[in-house]
Amino acid sequence: MQPRQAEDASGVWGWRAVKIVTILVYIFMFAPILVTVILSFNASMFGGFPMTGVSLQWYGKLFQNEAVLRAFKTSIWIALLTAAVCTVIGVMAAIALTRHEFRGKQWMNTLVILPALVPETILGVGLLLLMKWANQPRSYLLLVLGHIMLALPFVVLVVQARLIGIKRVYEEAALSLGANRFNTFREVTLPLLMPAIVAAVLLVFTISFDNITASLFWRPPGVETMPTQILAMLKISISPEINALGTLMIVITVGLPLLGGAIARILSGNRQ
Amino acid sequence: MQQTRFAWYLLAPAIILLAVLLVLPIAIMAIYTFYEFVTAGVEKANYTLANWQEFFTDSYYHLFLWKTARVAAITALACAVMGYIPAYFIWMTSFRHKWLLLLLLIVPFWISFTIRTFSWIHILGEQGAINVTLKTLGIIDSPIQMLYTEGAVIMGMIHFLLPYMILNVYVSLEGIDRDLLSAARTLGCTSAQAFREVTLPLSLPGLCAGLLLCFVLAAGSYVTPQILGGNRDALFGNLVYDTIMEQLNWPMGSTLSIVLFVLLGIVSAIYSRYMGLSTIFKGLSR
Repeated sequence: MQPRQAEDASGVWGWRAVKIVTILVYIFMFAPILVTVILSFNASMFGGFPMTGVSLQWYGKLFQNEAVLRAFKTSIWIALLTAAVCTVIGVMAAIALTRHEFRGKQWMNTLVILPALVPETILGVGLLLLMKWANQPRSYLLLVLGHIMLALPFVVLVVQARLIGIKRVYEEAALSLGANRFNTFREVTLPLLMPAIVAAVLLVFTISFDNITASLFWRPPGVETMPTQILAMLKISISPEINALGTLMIVITVGLPLLGGAIARILSGNRQ
Repeated sequence: MQQTRFAWYLLAPAIILLAVLLVLPIAIMAIYTFYEFVTAGVEKANYTLANWQEFFTDSYYHLFLWKTARVAAITALACAVMGYIPAYFIWMTSFRHKWLLLLLLIVPFWISFTIRTFSWIHILGEQGAINVTLKTLGIIDSPIQMLYTEGAVIMGMIHFLLPYMILNVYVSLEGIDRDLLSAARTLGCTSAQAFREVTLPLSLPGLCAGLLLCFVLAAGSYVTPQILGGNRDALFGNLVYDTIMEQLNWPMGSTLSIVLFVLLGIVSAIYSRYMGLSTIFKGLSR
């Protein structure tokens, strides 16, 4: 684990310090999460330390909690819808922005990225004002459209990065051999783009499923998504149920992309 | 010509969506700042400067602005220090499982932000890991108040923003030609000098991109102060939320949103003038 150039004393000591700090930073990033996972198995009535025993009772409680189940279903549906629509729109935009030249392209590029740079509080207020101005109530549609806007920059960025790596000659070859533009896309570009699309779908799903700040503004009255439900529960007390819920969500949201990554790897492996 | 039209067809759904959901609302917001607030949820379209006057004269708002800027700056700087070192390590190490270190940086993006934030309650709280450990060891008698303070808010934000910083710096480091380092060493630089004279300046774009991103995201935060802060630790985002969702004062809420939007826009504009925003996009797409 030695760096290439660390022969002098300051280099050796400096490198050691770098190594120690790196380990500490990784501990900093994962210790709180690990503690939450451990505490979810605590038998105690209270959410914190000390551990009084190991138990799965809080997971059982969770599955009987109507509000949590409802919030979970809401979030899943919204995330699925968002992922489907946002990926299609985003892939189209990414192709236009990488494969075509037109006036105002720079501006369009900036506009598409903008939602990632504007604070969510402002985006949240903006959409609410729009609804107020148009005299419309807050609805699920608003929530989904809002999530699509929030996730769009990430789809475009991920797909663009991959598109730049796909040589144009493949598409040109197909076109010169008589395939029309749609067939070229279906037979050449799309398969090569698949890993990025899988990654984008998963990314959008997690962005939507995880979103809290904007959702607090946009949700219809009385509706809770998973994160807003957790926030509401936290305001009452730090119950062990929240730890169990958190752990379950970690398993889902970390497991899903890892699975997706593996699928993407297999897909791209088969093509080569 | 036909090519161009096709490109616009492809872009149309995204552009229409953003025009209606992003550009139009901000325009409405700008108009609303001149509306007159009558009572909760009711406003009149008499064009008035009252909201702006209130914002510019009431020190209550200035205090919030200042506190938010301070907290965001501390957070961004702490992220820079805590983020540069691991990025440097990952770049330099000959460790075989480097991919694992990189993967571990991505994993936090997948874990719910809400859960990551509230997990700090178990570290800093009265029944948290630190207090319980210290009490068991007999070092303290009564728990130290760490949760629901500004420090806890900053800690939570660092925890959330650190991966952005590390990835930004790492992308920038990856772009450095290693031969430059060998050249510097051959020409008699110590490793410390080589770092100072070659590596650090060349990785500055990534570091600055990370600083901007962390500052902007921290300054716009709403949930972290909600979960980890006390009443006194509310930031500008909380002020906006309360003004609109609790007081139903839409004109003032719009004014505050526009202020935040313009200020953060200025910060980003100054940045892109000197650095170009492309570095940030590179960092974001990782």
